[in-house]
Amino acid sequence: MIRTRRIENITLSAITLFAAAIWVFPLYWALVTSLRRESRVVSDSAGLLPDEFNLASYIDAIVNTRLLTWYWNSIGTAVIITVVTIITSMMCAYAISQMRFPGRRVLYMVVLASFMIPAQALVVSQFILMNDLGLINTWGGIILPQLIVPVVIIVYKQFFDAVPKELREAVLLDGGGEYTLLFKVYLPLNWGITAALSIITFIGAWNAFFWPFLVATSESTMTIPVGITQVQDTFGVQYARVMSVALLAAMPVAVAYLVFQRRVTEAVMISSGVKG
Amino acid sequence: MALRSKNRLRHNLIAFSLIAPFLAIFLLVFLYPTFKVIQLSFTNAPLIGDGEWIGLDNFRRLFADRLFYTSLYNNIYFVVLTVVPTTAIALGIALMVNRLRGRLQALILATFFLPYILPVSVVTEIWAWMLDVQFGVVQPTIEAIIGRPMPVFRNPQWVMPTIAVVTIWWTNGFNVLLFIAGLRNIPTELYEAAALDGATPRQQFTRVTWPLLWPVTTLVLTLQLILQLKLFDQVYLLSQGGPFNQSYVLLLMVYREAFQLNQGGYASAVALVLFVMIMVVSVLQFQLLRIGGRK
Repeated sequence: MIRTRRIENITLSAITLFAAAIWVFPLYWALVTSLRRESRVVSDSAGLLPDEFNLASYIDAIVNTRLLTWYWNSIGTAVIITVVTIITSMMCAYAISQMRFPGRRVLYMVVLASFMIPAQALVVSQFILMNDLGLINTWGGIILPQLIVPVVIIVYKQFFDAVPKELREAVLLDGGGEYTLLFKVYLPLNWGITAALSIITFIGAWNAFFWPFLVATSESTMTIPVGITQVQDTFGVQYARVMSVALLAAMPVAVAYLVFQRRVTEAVMISSGVKG
Repeated sequence: MALRSKNRLRHNLIAFSLIAPFLAIFLLVFLYPTFKVIQLSFTNAPLIGDGEWIGLDNFRRLFADRLFYTSLYNNIYFVVLTVVPTTAIALGIALMVNRLRGRLQALILATFFLPYILPVSVVTEIWAWMLDVQFGVVQPTIEAIIGRPMPVFRNPQWVMPTIAVVTIWWTNGFNVLLFIAGLRNIPTELYEAAALDGATPRQQFTRVTWPLLWPVTTLVLTLQLILQLKLFDQVYLLSQGGPFNQSYVLLLMVYREAFQLNQGGYASAVALVLFVMIMVVSVLQFQLLRIGGRK
């Protein structure tokens, strides 16, 4: 009985490791390819194991594409989107959660409803709007439509609701105002949530493809996910270079994830409501 | 009394100052475009510039457009290819990862989650290379099974299933995380009690794990359904809707009509159909999750 249990356990672990190996293989293969010379990449004798350590295609990618510009555009827009979204959503969530004012319920219903509106179905009219505002091919054009992330308000409201009422009354009695309460009490009490929501918003903005692809059509304003699709056109089928560019594009967020793994995992769970 | 109403006014002004920044952005980039897209769908406007009111003509044209039905069919086909498979795979992986402990668990979990944080174009470039018909590393396996290499993104039968595989590889980690959170929320006492009552591992799964995991399963299924209806990026980057429109989907139709054929009004009509489809699914999800006991 115990012996069959043990065999079962080992078998299951072996299957798990095998599945994980399959899952990581595409990334492994991209890395191996990127470190080979182009001639080696397409040679018949090249096997599955890493056999070269050639950084030429990485250097080539950085020197001969506008990768650094795209990094800058991605970091700049993603940081602004994250900061603005977090602050405006936090303020709005605080008012909905802690204050009583006319239109409060309607506002919350609107936020909940906007949770269901697919932004992708609005791209035509959003594009026309950005054109009217003269924001095509600008950071502003990339940023503006991405500033609405309803889940941030919903999660903040839930957590603000849970803060003990006595705390609020004590501060109000001491003569503190609503802004003091929000930034000196509610925000410090919810740093964990703020970190989680920032992570989610940042990853979403960094990886966004459809909207930046529509609004940033000149290479100088493209973000990383859009820009790297241009490289293939420039290089043709030079796979070592394409893979180098892809891995360089993936690097910042991938490294950040591996460093802050636990926080990212928590952030995803909190923002999807399964743990909170 | 005068003081009270003055305080009231002050309170409301402060409240409005708190909601104003969000509300201004929301009205400008979300609510206004929502009404605008509805209005546009009744005109023959180009992408940039004004059009004339043409009533329901766009919708009449749409419901007679074969490409529309092809796109709709492909959207549904893609949902069938991805939603249930990815949920099942994610559940399987979550159960396996949940057995592990400590660093090994963190490592294996990272392996499954990592693709999810990659930009879509990185994902498609890696898979385009792996499936390259001449030098792709997967081609020997395909050749071993069907006897010849297969240009997967240029074959009408292979294109959608392949894009589904790529999509599952990319997004599955998110679902795995949700299932793991769900599994961790199940109290261990329940398993101890079940074991005391002599339940087999199989019974433990069907009587304890599965029923308690059902709310998370519903969440994953509905989130996936909505997500996969919005398919665009992978199709655009891997097959451009081809071959023979076999991977043409609604959002790609919106893009083509608006940004390449300069048909803003017609594109808005297509977008509106997708909009309604997703809203219906979302409302169903909301109701379903509420019945399931969640907020």
